[in-house]
Amino acid sequence: MKTLRQRNIRDYIMVSLLILSTVLVLTPLLIIIGYVVVNGIGAISMDFFTQELGSPARAMQGQPTGLIHTIIGTLVVDTIGVIIAIPIGVGAGIMLSEYPEHKLNPLLRVLNDTLNGMPAILKGLLAFALIVRPMGTFSGLAGGIALAFVMIPIIARATESALMTIPWSIREAGLAIGLPRWRVVLSTIVPAARIGLVTGFLIAFARAAGEAAPLMFTSFGNNYLPTHWTGMILGPVDTLPQRLYSLAISPYSEWHTMGWAAGIVLLVFVVALFAGAQLLTRKKAYNT
Amino acid sequence: MEVLSKGDIKTASHSPVLSKPLPAIYRWLGDRIFLTVAVTLGLSIIFLAGAMAWVLIDDGSMAFREFGIIGFLTGTTWDPGVNFTFGALPFIFGTVVTSVVALGLAFFPAVAVAIVIAEYAPRWLSKIIETLVHLIAAIPSVVVGIWGIFVFAPWMRETVYMPIYSWAAESHPSLLPILGNPIGYGMTTATIILALMIVPFTTALTRNAIHQVPKEQREAARALGATRWEVIRMAVLPYARGGILAGAILSLGRAVGETMAVAMLIGNKNTFPFSIMGPAATMPSVIINEFREAVGNLHLSSLMAIGLVLFVIAIIVNLIAAYITRKLSITGGQGI
Amino acid sequence: MNINVMFKKKKPKQEKISPGLQPQDPHRISKEISTNGSPLIRMEAKELTVKYGTVTGVRNISLPIYNEKVTALIGPSGCGKTTFLRALNRMHDLTPNATVTGEVLLDGNNIYVPRMNPVTIRRKVGMVFQKPTPFPTMSIYDNVVAGLKLVGIRNRALLSEVCERALRQAALWDEVKDRLGSPGGSISGGQQQRLSIARALAIEPEVILMDEPTSSLDPLSSSKIEDLINELKQKYAIVIVTHNMQQAARVSDNTGFFYVGDLVEFGPTDKLFTNPSHKRTEEYLTGKFG
Repeated sequence: MKTLRQRNIRDYIMVSLLILSTVLVLTPLLIIIGYVVVNGIGAISMDFFTQELGSPARAMQGQPTGLIHTIIGTLVVDTIGVIIAIPIGVGAGIMLSEYPEHKLNPLLRVLNDTLNGMPAILKGLLAFALIVRPMGTFSGLAGGIALAFVMIPIIARATESALMTIPWSIREAGLAIGLPRWRVVLSTIVPAARIGLVTGFLIAFARAAGEAAPLMFTSFGNNYLPTHWTGMILGPVDTLPQRLYSLAISPYSEWHTMGWAAGIVLLVFVVALFAGAQLLTRKKAYNT
Repeated sequence: MEVLSKGDIKTASHSPVLSKPLPAIYRWLGDRIFLTVAVTLGLSIIFLAGAMAWVLIDDGSMAFREFGIIGFLTGTTWDPGVNFTFGALPFIFGTVVTSVVALGLAFFPAVAVAIVIAEYAPRWLSKIIETLVHLIAAIPSVVVGIWGIFVFAPWMRETVYMPIYSWAAESHPSLLPILGNPIGYGMTTATIILALMIVPFTTALTRNAIHQVPKEQREAARALGATRWEVIRMAVLPYARGGILAGAILSLGRAVGETMAVAMLIGNKNTFPFSIMGPAATMPSVIINEFREAVGNLHLSSLMAIGLVLFVIAIIVNLIAAYITRKLSITGGQGI
Repeated sequence: MNINVMFKKKKPKQEKISPGLQPQDPHRISKEISTNGSPLIRMEAKELTVKYGTVTGVRNISLPIYNEKVTALIGPSGCGKTTFLRALNRMHDLTPNATVTGEVLLDGNNIYVPRMNPVTIRRKVGMVFQKPTPFPTMSIYDNVVAGLKLVGIRNRALLSEVCERALRQAALWDEVKDRLGSPGGSISGGQQQRLSIARALAIEPEVILMDEPTSSLDPLSSSKIEDLINELKQKYAIVIVTHNMQQAARVSDNTGFFYVGDLVEFGPTDKLFTNPSHKRTEEYLTGKFG
């Protein structure tokens, strides 16, 4: 027989343990963010945003170097990824939520989840085999496609769940006044779910924007700006996550410093996307 | 419907606009186009999944033919330089050990955070912790990696590995091969970082599972005179166990596929023996490190074959998670 | 009076099978008084007000709850019946923003004074909810004895004893005695509700609160629960919230009519139903609103 006192003590111990674990988990993660912010801000300079990287000698001789080519490359590759991923992801999401009776639907759902669960590095290998090898060169296009592979399953799933939050009766109401199905979906369901859709895009983008693994053997990396703008799409392109990795494992301390700078730029970029998604979710919570 | 003649319809509609036949796009064409587009886009995902399997099998087949499937999976030598012998066992071992141990380290703290968020913290605080957890989950792997390389690994070397190593060197030299080289980059460092990285993921999934527990279950336990922790033990955790377990399995999948931070911290040693503190490698890390510089088709094919192993493991992990969710989720009990 | 008289098995050592209660427990003495006198007030609300933030749930409710009687609370939905009921065993404690003022006396002691522990109170004031709430991962047996295991009782013989007694009291024993090991969620809805009642009975409360216990059940299961309430009132004070006026008329001795947070009328059920003293009550009972 346990007395109430014993039970309360046990309760108290458990609460303390839980709170302790929470602190234990959150502290190192906040430390990581703190280090990246402090070191990163210290490492950022005007040159960082205006110069290209060049050879290691350039940094060691104290000549101005930066990651302008990386930042532009990241934007290009990410844009390509988003342009490819959104239509495919949304289309598949519409099929998942609006055509539950379609016989390919269960297969699509399973495969989409499987694809979502696949490590990003395998998506890089897939893009390598499908794009880089036939083209014969590493390219920004291949990098964008690899990122699209990362985003598509997330967008599809987010689209599905955003559309599913709209009650089925609204679709029936639309059909009952004689609207065809496509019209119901495009003019009532999709607009009603738009905040959920955009949130999904942002989350998918935030996930993909931080990924280096799929880019290592697709967009590959480049120390210079390409001489012609097409080189951004058809030639090897530098991207922030992949450059950060290369800088961090390089033997040059100047590049290490630049790695921290790249770290904070990447972190701010990803966190901004993520915060956007959070804000939208909150807005949605107020609206409904 | 056939009994209605055209005249009937005309009299039924009062406005001439309404009596006009609808354009084809509103009758059948639109729906057909829309469905075709949606299905085509859906099919492209099915195609992608198929393509991934096919590419990995096709490209990896050369390695499997050369060494045999069993031979490749159990081969302990990875020598791309001289003998061109490729065996995947060191990487499979590295992946399994790092991710299982990482999950073991991360699981209870992650569940604790989820419980604090869902059951204990006042609403404002749990909002903050939850946002923080999501934020942490959003930190790119490479960013964690750079911190690991320049801060965590040197710190571990100075404060943990070196003291242990010098202690072992003095009193128990037989332990040295098990402990390994205390350079800071190695299995333990990578595993701890991996654990940190999957915590937010496990927490989010656990929190979702706890969220599914009906309020009535908590109240029933409370009405029996349960204390706060007893409510959690008695009503919340048992009800959510399916979701929590599935979340743990999915987190394991996350750990298995985690690439960059591990590649930056594990030290990249391609052959056995691995040691506790010393460098090792995982499947994703060896692909990242060698794929770009792979010379020779057999080397490339072997890396693709490792990708295939990773693919199969990821599928198995997802299937197990789906099975657990279905098997252990509560359907009875509230079933009225 | 020994509470085991009702049951087949007479146990000479009664404290062994009633672990929730000590023989010197005050309510046991009061029970003896009540057998040979006028009904005894087991619980009493005094000017009880419950607010959610700034919204008032119920205001100034004063209401006696008699031992060995059924008290029904009726009224249109959203009028505060459930809010009041939940105040009787401090279930509002963990609702964010909820504040309770006034007194609730249990055997003469105010349960809202700081030194009273809600956990102890809830063991004396049991509760049955609208939906059956068996713990789905526990077996039927474990469900019934869940409240005993909480206080660390591990004696198997004792637990089986209590389990059987509680299930018999809840008129469920014959239906489940051969499958005590199957999950609590595997039986029908009506059985689940009686299981929930058995679980509340196992810890031997003094008062049982029932929040629309039959609203999610079919008519047959409902009538079984009603029979059960009639049985249980031999021993317990029962408070039942119901939407169903006929049910209130059938099972209760006293009825309180709630309307928008106020207790409009309280009195013996037959009087309230045949000759209500307030116009509102009459209008509600005759179906003018609801």
